[in-house]
Amino acid sequence: MEPPAPEAAAAAGSSGRTDAADAGTLGAARAHRPVHLHPGFVLVVIAGGVFGALARFGLSSVLPSPSGWPLPTLIINLTGAFLLGGLLEALVRRGPDAGKLRIIRLLAGTGFMGAFTTYSTLALETNALLGAGRTADAVLYVTATLIGGAAATAAGIRAAVGHHRRKAARHRDADLHTGRQRSNKPGRNR
Amino acid sequence: MNALTIVLLGLAGGLGAGTRFVVDGLVRSRLRTALPVGTVAINVTGSFLLGLVAGAVIVHAAPPELQAIAGTGFLGGYTTFSTASFETVRLIQAGRTGLALLNGIGTAAAAVGAAAAGLAVASLL
Repeated sequence: MEPPAPEAAAAAGSSGRTDAADAGTLGAARAHRPVHLHPGFVLVVIAGGVFGALARFGLSSVLPSPSGWPLPTLIINLTGAFLLGGLLEALVRRGPDAGKLRIIRLLAGTGFMGAFTTYSTLALETNALLGAGRTADAVLYVTATLIGGAAATAAGIRAAVGHHRRKAARHRDADLHTGRQRSNKPGRNR
Repeated sequence: MNALTIVLLGLAGGLGAGTRFVVDGLVRSRLRTALPVGTVAINVTGSFLLGLVAGAVIVHAAPPELQAIAGTGFLGGYTTFSTASFETVRLIQAGRTGLALLNGIGTAAAAVGAAAAGLAVASLL
């Protein structure tokens, strides 16, 4: 194995994080860079982001805004919060953040869900409500987003935990029927 | 809105997401804090810039396509709510309720204020 290039080693050293585990996924040459400076990983995030932004644009054009209320952004942000919570929890339970699991996290999580949901539009729409003298609506909008978002994220996490437990239970039942003994590998059947 | 604007909006959204990924990583590697300052900085600066873009369109200093591509596309992809919410919930799960409240309410207040500042700056154009 070749020694890492000096600038790559310096970059990895500055963050203390390397991604040698991905050497086989996106090329060994840049395996020692931190994830966010790895061109391959950045491209994966960009690819997910293109579709996330387009999905947000499409949904916000078809969802209704009753009496100027920014319902589309609220629905988009709460949906994205639920899905990201479920995705990240499911990934953590499947194994360490490396290889294929990391690609899924960056593509669907950081890229798609990150770009699908938005904070700047939330801030701008709140200003529009405040500017129109609709202070109560502005406060309600931000409150519904923050509390609803936390509840949606927690629900997504719970859904992933439940799915994981049911899957582990099915495996146990199958083992009981076949009389096999399943080894309790740490990190697999938590 | 024409097809080209929509394609550019999508590409800009991807670039915004890529920029967020790099900026968050750079901030995280330099500042190790319990508060997710990378996401906070991204959402506050992105909100300021969207206020600036939207304000420039309102005073006719910029075409509406700019708001679609740079605003809805790039800045929409750059800023994120789902990650902010996830980080707040993780703080709650870790028993750091004060930090969770600061992260949630603080980011919202700072982002709304930043967008207002952007709009105010644009009105001077």
